[in-house]
Amino acid sequence: MNFELDEEQVMLKSSARDFLQQACPKKLVRAMMEDEKGYSPELWKKIADLGWLGLTFPEEYGGVGSSFLDLVVLLEECGRALLPGPLLATVVLAGHPVLAAGTNEQREQFLPPISRGEMIVTLALLEASDSFEAADVRVTATQSGDGFVINGTKLFVPHAHVADYLLCVTRTKDSPNPEDGITLFLVDTRTNGVKIETLKTMTGERLCEVVFNGVSVPRSCLLGELDKGWPVVKRILIEAQVAESAWMTGGARWAMETSIDYAKTRIAFGRPIGSFQAIQHKLADVAVAVEGATSIVYYAAWTIMENQPDMALAAAMAKSWCGEAYKQATFAGVQIHGGIGYTWDHDMHLYLKRAKAGEVAFGDSDYHRERVAQMLGI
Amino acid sequence: MDFSLSPQEEAFRKELCDWLDKNGAELRKRRAALGPGGLGLGSLAPSPRMGPRASGGPGAPQGEPDAMQEFTRWWHRQLHDAGYVGIAWPKDYGGRGATLMEQAIFNEEMTKRRLPTGVGGLGVGWAGPTIIVHGTEEQKKRFLPRILSGEDVWCQAFSEPGAGSDLAGCQTRAVEDSDCYVVNGQKVWTTGGMGADWAILLAKTDFDHKTPVHRTFSYFLMDMHSPGVTVRPLREITGFAAFGETFLDNVRIPKDLMLGQKNNGWYISMNTLEFERSNSASSIQYLSTIESLIELAQKMRRNGQPLSKDPVTRQRIAQFYIEANVGKYMGMRALTRQLRGQTPGPESSVGSLLTMELGQRIEDFAMYLQGSYSQLMGGSKYAISNGAWQRAFLSSRGRTIMTGTSEIKRNVIAQRTLGLPRYTE
Repeated sequence: MNFELDEEQVMLKSSARDFLQQACPKKLVRAMMEDEKGYSPELWKKIADLGWLGLTFPEEYGGVGSSFLDLVVLLEECGRALLPGPLLATVVLAGHPVLAAGTNEQREQFLPPISRGEMIVTLALLEASDSFEAADVRVTATQSGDGFVINGTKLFVPHAHVADYLLCVTRTKDSPNPEDGITLFLVDTRTNGVKIETLKTMTGERLCEVVFNGVSVPRSCLLGELDKGWPVVKRILIEAQVAESAWMTGGARWAMETSIDYAKTRIAFGRPIGSFQAIQHKLADVAVAVEGATSIVYYAAWTIMENQPDMALAAAMAKSWCGEAYKQATFAGVQIHGGIGYTWDHDMHLYLKRAKAGEVAFGDSDYHRERVAQMLGI
Repeated sequence: MDFSLSPQEEAFRKELCDWLDKNGAELRKRRAALGPGGLGLGSLAPSPRMGPRASGGPGAPQGEPDAMQEFTRWWHRQLHDAGYVGIAWPKDYGGRGATLMEQAIFNEEMTKRRLPTGVGGLGVGWAGPTIIVHGTEEQKKRFLPRILSGEDVWCQAFSEPGAGSDLAGCQTRAVEDSDCYVVNGQKVWTTGGMGADWAILLAKTDFDHKTPVHRTFSYFLMDMHSPGVTVRPLREITGFAAFGETFLDNVRIPKDLMLGQKNNGWYISMNTLEFERSNSASSIQYLSTIESLIELAQKMRRNGQPLSKDPVTRQRIAQFYIEANVGKYMGMRALTRQLRGQTPGPESSVGSLLTMELGQRIEDFAMYLQGSYSQLMGGSKYAISNGAWQRAFLSSRGRTIMTGTSEIKRNVIAQRTLGLPRYTE
């Protein structure tokens, strides 16, 4: 038994932190909040050159061949730096399912350009119902000649406005079992009938409405098997829950460390505020949340890496815990900083907002607790 | 990162499981013969479970009826003869000489099966490990094998009426007199004191006001049968007396029973307090309690349906399960460091804070699930599981007090782990 990062993972983590400190300062993060694209193409190219975008892809597709756990270690640092852009979407929400369920042609078509930083892909899953259930997939794809025609509206699609392709989850058949009849398509965003509109969000990260109005796609765009796409979606969600949890853990740790540093130096009543028990106990509780997050996230990542049967349960536990932990760390962070923590100038609010975004991404804590209850057979 | 077991650890687990399957049956038979709901053990199987204290940790119940004590001693002998007491202790002193990983495997398998450990939890858990680190060869040879065999039962005499969380306020004095120290003072919360043969004792040996207070204590191994030692039971919140107050009146302790250097006792006592059972062990225990909680929620009905169908109940139980697992994996990170001989990381102190409070939340929720039935104690008509949950709830209130209050734990995390400054006048 060994529950520690190996030497290479430790190195990956520290080199990622060094790189991001230099290449992704808060000035850039703030600029991207106002930017139309919402990410920096120059930085995107740099992280592609570092091998981050193809980290988990096999070498034959231009990747590095590293594990999901390695990716999680990297995502923690991206979350700490608030790296803006479609990294999680392109790699985890789209790249991994293409690798797992795609044909050789599809892998060739997508993975090398993703690795090179030349292609952005995202997942179009949620709709106005804001539901992760198969029964609520209402966007339809109907057979027409050799291909399919997609109709309906997807919502909360991350970074669709800059994406080259959308991995779109559609209903192709009505069936008593709602999980039967789900089909995935890789849709070129330039196709006629695709209309993308960005929504104004709290974090500045772009979520989009994507309207499919009679969008014709050839059969070669189908990912996996017709009507049998739901297991692919389930796997995407498990990986996304853990990836998002890692991202959140990195941000939560930043909030904790920044608050500790402030509490050591800020003087009130003639002494550092960090010597007051009211502050110490709040931070001790934050430490429980953050160390707990790291522990459960690494475990969940390991279950995915090793294809363990409890990966769905571990992912649900991680996402539920991290959804609370990141909020707790940033809420305490604002409180401990006092007035300065409430200002636009201080960076804490960037993290607090990211915590709120992460909380609902891929299911909030209540949703995952209910899933845990179901998996326990209660 | 790797959660699999080595071939040696796998072999240990298999041998252990075979042994437990074989001997567990005899254990259950003997336990059943004692009738339902003994005072100390909640019950072994089927459902409810042992409260946090019943598994023989440092707070193992005392004041049991003789038959129950005899039963516990019998089980201890079985475990000891098979080499399952002191698994990670050196072979030279009667231990198995195995690793902490094998100890963790043992804890996990015992908990999964809801089996009790033997007698003398405090000796095996606290006194023994401290003697291993700080004792002379003579002290180790004399005390360690008898701790493992269960012949000697140990208690701890640190706290005083005026010194609990602020342990440095201890006033008990030990004054040199030829080949002995003569000890006078009063100790309190002496868990298991009434039945103990030996105590680990903290007493003042430097009375110079200019000496820094942490350099004024020494650590003694005290024979509880010495003249001048009186233990009076203290009745607890549960109604039972598991601990007592200990009066020391001119008790003579031979000089060779001082542990470590004179006036270094404070640091040794801090070391003792770190030898709590690993977090992962108690988290695994909670996972087993949560199983019982689920059974209870399925059994209890409200508004015409089982409580297990109630969304709030489902949320709460799932949250307990998540917290217990988070505690378990924090414990495994801590264990990884221990196995490599590294100093404990932040996950160690932080994990114990999580699990001690989690235990209280679980026990309180178990009471909530029972509604009006939660009022019924063991022995009453209609009592659920013969009052085992009620007793566990009451004793759980002590979990955030014993071995350092949760407030002290937060101070320690803030100051030692997070590096925040101490408050000084």
